[in-house]
Amino acid sequence: MAKKKTEQKKWPEKWHEVNPGCMVFAAGSAANYKTGSWKSQRPLTDNAKCIKCGICYIFCPEACIQEVKDGFFEANLDYCKGCGICAHECWPGAIVMREEEE
Amino acid sequence: MIEIRWHGRGGQGAVTSVEMLALAAIEEGKYAQGFPAFGPERRGAPVMAFNRVSDKPIKIRSGIYRPDVVVVLDPSLVGLVPVTDGLKPGGILIVNTTKPAEDLRKKLNYSGKLFTVDASHIAREELGVPIANTTMLGAVLKATGVLSLAAMKSPLEHRFGRVAVKNMSAMKRAFNEMKSAKAA
Amino acid sequence: MGKRIGMEVAIAAAEAVALCNIDVAAVYPITPQSHIAEHMADIIHDGRIDAEFITVESEHSAISACAGASAAGARAYTATSSQGLMLMHEILPIVSAMRLPICMANANRAVSGPLNIWNDHGDIMPQRDSGWISLFTENGQEAIDLSIMSFKIAEDPEVMLPCVVNIDGFQLTHMIEPLELPGQAEVAKFLPPRKPFAQLHPDNPISMGCFAMPDTYTETVKAKETALINSKKIITRVFSEWAKRFGRKYNVVETYRTKGADTLLLTMGSMGETAATAVDEMRKAGKKVGLVKLRLWRPFPVEELKAAIKECKTLIVMDRAISTGGAGGPVATDIKSLLYGEKTRPRILNVIAGLGGRDLTVEDFVAMFEMAKKKKDETYELYGVRE
Repeated sequence: MAKKKTEQKKWPEKWHEVNPGCMVFAAGSAANYKTGSWKSQRPLTDNAKCIKCGICYIFCPEACIQEVKDGFFEANLDYCKGCGICAHECWPGAIVMREEEE
Repeated sequence: MIEIRWHGRGGQGAVTSVEMLALAAIEEGKYAQGFPAFGPERRGAPVMAFNRVSDKPIKIRSGIYRPDVVVVLDPSLVGLVPVTDGLKPGGILIVNTTKPAEDLRKKLNYSGKLFTVDASHIAREELGVPIANTTMLGAVLKATGVLSLAAMKSPLEHRFGRVAVKNMSAMKRAFNEMKSAKAA
Repeated sequence: MGKRIGMEVAIAAAEAVALCNIDVAAVYPITPQSHIAEHMADIIHDGRIDAEFITVESEHSAISACAGASAAGARAYTATSSQGLMLMHEILPIVSAMRLPICMANANRAVSGPLNIWNDHGDIMPQRDSGWISLFTENGQEAIDLSIMSFKIAEDPEVMLPCVVNIDGFQLTHMIEPLELPGQAEVAKFLPPRKPFAQLHPDNPISMGCFAMPDTYTETVKAKETALINSKKIITRVFSEWAKRFGRKYNVVETYRTKGADTLLLTMGSMGETAATAVDEMRKAGKKVGLVKLRLWRPFPVEELKAAIKECKTLIVMDRAISTGGAGGPVATDIKSLLYGEKTRPRILNVIAGLGGRDLTVEDFVAMFEMAKKKKDETYELYGVRE
């Protein structure tokens, strides 16, 4: 039986290289996919309006909004797909979506 | 191998009877099967249950269609359910009834070996309820000789705990009071 | 050798599983499995084993709960029948693809349309492609023994596949017969605690139950198919170990008085015992007949079956299910396919019988042998149907 591998191959080449049960052993390997390149708009936060409630952090479906210095929140643009949910949910309207430039 | 068919009504303990008989036979080192007529049941509806007992391993999994012994737990089933169907020639019919044997023979058009016992009455006296299933076990043992009364002690104790003693008395009384009908 | 005691087979099956020290049982009751579910609940409630009984709201949830538990490293068990098994259907291939060694008892019962609660194999047949190991029992002792062995087989590092033990509903589950329960100490020696190949745990994050694109899926199929086919080796090994420890020998294909037989009958499940009695009767009358019993259904034991039937001229294959609109019974169809390339093979007569709990007696099997002599073609027979 194949020994447990911590290195996850990108695609198994041959059938016997498939991990048993198609298990993925590299933890957090989804982070290798930088889905941020898909976005057609990006969130911009006005910290003057931000009340640090964390609603944008809770609602982000990509879990890419992180708490930064002084308790404000910022989207990681490597993964942000520009869905606009954070802007929609933001109570004080601190987040607006801006079209991506070419 | 002996094949026994029990007739009763749902809730009267026919399945418990076959269970007790099977367990007792197995404890004695014999081979046995005990099973109900499979399917949904309700209280009061006519039901059947079955036993096979043998000194050799039993390799049959089908139903019993030609029993050697038929036991009728509830007198109201006589005439309602074809209790003598399939009973082998030379087989035994045992009925819980207050009626005389000749009446039964006429009603069932049956001329074979017949035993009667007023098990409901015995059960009412010994157990306080007219549930005749354990009582009738006594009649079955006397009529067939398949097991001894003593063999029933352990399964009854296991199943009935404190009231096992009463069930044993009822069983012993049926064993002794059962009447063998004259040949037709 | 232990002492034989009288016990209802369903109760005994639950007791056998309790000896295996399972961690999780997620069971939803359905006739005729209900005594297994109820007794398992009693055992766990009474604290006789240290396990969790999850009172799920359906069979779909039962198998899903087992999948989750097994993925977290637990030894998981469930039991079902008929419509319940059909409700589990969409999860079954997922569990085998995830290589989770869940063990399940299936109380074989006819599938609805019309509703029928009695014994036939119509419930397990639609699951034959699910990637599960599938074993058939013939009597109560086998229900006990195979239930215990199923965990050892399923959890073997060379197998890691779920296993279903088929126990004929009512015919077996509700039968009180002489049984021998192995001792706890012996079972513990035979079946140590589960050592999962991988388990979900926060300390070591992995992902299970993943997604595969078209350019990968075929390879995952080959991997799973290979694992299932290879499991026969381990099944045979576990059978041998059981024989050494407990004195009862099982084979993936059992033969009974096949030597010199020109006609063989093939059965699966409890009808095999009644068929054996028919064979005895016919042998006494000088007929050269014998019996082959498939104990292992999936993976199909091709070599062992070929060896068992190599001398006979006629093979009567009993099916207790039908593949509607297809080639007849599933067992006969599989056997015919597997023998298609052979230079010599017996004439195969497929008899579909015992559907919906219709009783199969010794006389019926004798009649089938007679019918086999007369029948000229190889179309299937729906035995006993009133025309």
